[in-house]
Amino acid sequence: MKHVLKLFSLLVLISALWISLLQASIIPQSHTWLLPIYFIVSLGCYGLLMVGVGLMRFPTCPQEAVLLQQDIAEAKDFLKQKGVDVGSE
Amino acid sequence: MDAAKNKYSIIVPTYNERLNIALIVYLIFKHLPDVDFEIIVVDDGSPDGTQEIVKQLQKLYGEDRILLRPRAKKLGLGTAYMHGLKHASGNFVVIMDADLSHHPKYLPSFIKKQLETGASIVTGTRYVTGGGVHGWNLMRKLTSRGANVLAQTLLWPGVSDLTGSFRLYKKSVLEDVISSCVSKGYVFQMEMIVRASRKRYHIEEVPITFVDRVFGSSKLGGSEIVEYLKGLVYLMITT
Repeated sequence: MKHVLKLFSLLVLISALWISLLQASIIPQSHTWLLPIYFIVSLGCYGLLMVGVGLMRFPTCPQEAVLLQQDIAEAKDFLKQKGVDVGSE
Repeated sequence: MDAAKNKYSIIVPTYNERLNIALIVYLIFKHLPDVDFEIIVVDDGSPDGTQEIVKQLQKLYGEDRILLRPRAKKLGLGTAYMHGLKHASGNFVVIMDADLSHHPKYLPSFIKKQLETGASIVTGTRYVTGGGVHGWNLMRKLTSRGANVLAQTLLWPGVSDLTGSFRLYKKSVLEDVISSCVSKGYVFQMEMIVRASRKRYHIEEVPITFVDRVFGSSKLGGSEIVEYLKGLVYLMITT
């Protein structure tokens, strides 16, 4: 099943749940009508939270740039010795 | 699987990587001393003499260890992999970038992970502890993170780093997945891993560090973002 269809089925399921809640009147109608809005807003907030948290915890590795420069120097030395042209550009 | 009988074909597409290709070859040999591997350089007719350097490297390391399989001009990443794949004699294939943003020192961890888990694909991820990125400003990190959250929500891809291109594949799996991919650029990398995920291939991740060496280039403009969104919609509909 294509992924968009999976998402669509999920949406249909949630909508069916919502409609049955409307019919069953367990929760007062006024609240039930607003549930889709709550759902979308919560989803949006969750998304923003994930972005924010991810941004704060974004793994960085400044030491890797240093290590890389060392590796490059080592490589250049070796290759120059062996006759490979590693002239600066 | 008998570990001693594994051979790894490392495909490195190049375009104007005259210096980097020499450095990366040295580092690969340094970090894989006891591994049976070959490096397949797919050069798209670089005007800077990349192929000359590869020939010098072949003299140094042997033509059986470094294969030069060039093409006439820039023909795109996907076809570069397919071209390299045709000449690969290993039972595993590694794809990596030539510009040293992917460091060969992680190759042993890819191999080890695959041997431990029997995975069909091992993909490098920059976004977990132990991994990381250097050289990205706040804006770049924000778009990366936003793009990732969006892709996770919409696609459920099963991997943390969708656009990464440092990966180890079982050769048969790569052949299977690549034949059904049509996108270009980094959307191609996303398509590969999502299709593999949909086909229920066993995918494992290892942390890698990514040092962005293309400083200052505007790799993430408005058009890139539009391409990305189009790619997401395409993948939602077709996978």
